[in-house]
Amino acid sequence: MADSSPRITPEAVAKVARLARLDLAEADLARFAEQLAGMLAHFADIDALDLSTVEPMTQPYPLVNVMRDDVVSTSLDRDEVLAAAPAAEDGRFRVPPIIGLEG
Amino acid sequence: MTTAPVSVAGIGAAVRSGEVSAVEVLERHLAAIDAREPDIHAFNLVTADAARATAARVDADVAAGRDPGPLAGVPIALKDNLCTRGVPTTCSSRILEGWRPPYDATVVRRLAAAGAVFVGKTNLDEFAMGSSTENSAFGVTLNPLDTSRVAGGSSGGSAAAVAASFAAASLGSDTGGSIRQPAALCGVVGVKPTYGTVSRYGLVAFASSLDQIGPFTNDVRDASIVLEAISGHDPLDSTSIPRGPVTTTEVLDRGVAGLRVGRIVDLPGGSDPEVEQRLAEAFDALRAAGATIVDVELPSMKFGLTAYYLIAPAEASSNLARYDGVRYGMRVDAPDTNAMYGATRAAGFGDEVKRRIMLGTYALSAGYFDAYYGKALKVRRLIHDDFDRAYAQADVLLTPTSPIVAFPVGAKVDDPLSMYLCDVFTIPTNLAGHPAMSVPFGTGADGLPVGVQVLAPTLGEPVMFQVAAELERAAAR
Repeated sequence: MADSSPRITPEAVAKVARLARLDLAEADLARFAEQLAGMLAHFADIDALDLSTVEPMTQPYPLVNVMRDDVVSTSLDRDEVLAAAPAAEDGRFRVPPIIGLEG
Repeated sequence: MTTAPVSVAGIGAAVRSGEVSAVEVLERHLAAIDAREPDIHAFNLVTADAARATAARVDADVAAGRDPGPLAGVPIALKDNLCTRGVPTTCSSRILEGWRPPYDATVVRRLAAAGAVFVGKTNLDEFAMGSSTENSAFGVTLNPLDTSRVAGGSSGGSAAAVAASFAAASLGSDTGGSIRQPAALCGVVGVKPTYGTVSRYGLVAFASSLDQIGPFTNDVRDASIVLEAISGHDPLDSTSIPRGPVTTTEVLDRGVAGLRVGRIVDLPGGSDPEVEQRLAEAFDALRAAGATIVDVELPSMKFGLTAYYLIAPAEASSNLARYDGVRYGMRVDAPDTNAMYGATRAAGFGDEVKRRIMLGTYALSAGYFDAYYGKALKVRRLIHDDFDRAYAQADVLLTPTSPIVAFPVGAKVDDPLSMYLCDVFTIPTNLAGHPAMSVPFGTGADGLPVGVQVLAPTLGEPVMFQVAAELERAAAR
């Protein structure tokens, strides 16, 4: 079978980790690169399929535009929700500065 | 004095009639937990005090002439990815350690309304990602039938809790086999209902187009009773099918005469010889009971693993973006939000979850979307269409649930792909959105249980249970 799957380099893995907001150590990046390459090689089994006329399937049961009636109902208790957060203040979630030190 | 009831059906009836008390039933199960839980670790949390209070309330209802419901006093364990208001729900992840949900999952509310008594939250592979319950941040769940072996996963704690009589029933979630595979490995019944049959409201999402909640029980009738209690439309889940609860208990004694049972001629190989032997015997038993065995082809089934391991991680990478240290769970402090997200997620997620988030992010990223995720969605359609053709010829299909019996702890932890292969027979069902269930059917290597899987088309729960009940009768002979 022709190997059409792209090689996944530690640099590519580092980029994916950034996209996924995961600060991974160098050793983890190397290990994940090797494991992901192994998986992607296995997943090349579908490369030979002719899928040009096949419609993608995203949901098993066709339901569209499911909406509820526009009536007031109770929602979660704000204090109970905020009590579960790592930090809260004045009825809101508290986070570190959003404008960071690096880009 | 009759013997103490152990089944869901028996306990519910005896407690409702006042023959036994819910407290008495509960104490028996708590004693079993005290005796064996240290060796099995089915639970992340045992809620003994709350359970005692609930059981006492059920008994008070009975004494006052109020009907507590069909599950009166039935001890039930909940997978720890089902939200329970005020009770810690961890998904076996450090990132959610200590989190107390502000609401109950719909299935929890429905079971409570039916009189159930919750004994605790069961261990799982972190965020339900795994096939052995070894990927838990809080330790491995061991198989009650042989504690050197895994209980399967990801709902290993729920399967073990029923197998060890810690609870009469439990709930799990099944994204690629996470109810059926541990049920098979622990020798209990496990049901993955049609997608949309049981509300996912309050189930912590792994892969939203695949996840479905279902029961573990000791027998087919009990599974039917629990499924009837939790199924039916829920406006809080926009993928919930607008229909009433499934009705399966009434068909259990009908037999299988005249039914067509499909044998998949191109089923992927590699199963233990004993597993294949049990499957052959299952076909023989159904034929002897009057069913017709028909050969069907599912040529795309072998691509299920690839489609699943692209689609499920892609959905997971999106679903798990919410664990960012802002609204719930743990936070690793850092000077700005981006650094805080990265540090929190690196510290909070375990290896398998990171691996799947990475795989999913990669499959969805610019330049690879069409080659991986887009292609996987088309393969999903092929598998769905293959099933449609098979179900034109057969009422149900039969496969092994797992290609192998319970394996030794540690045997597969360093080889993700060999772990993924455990789900080769269960994954296609999730991709298609169909129901399937595992029924214990004899034993394989080392006397460990083998499960036979009954698969049915969308909303085919009645015929699936009909066949499962026949297999159960045959296995008992």
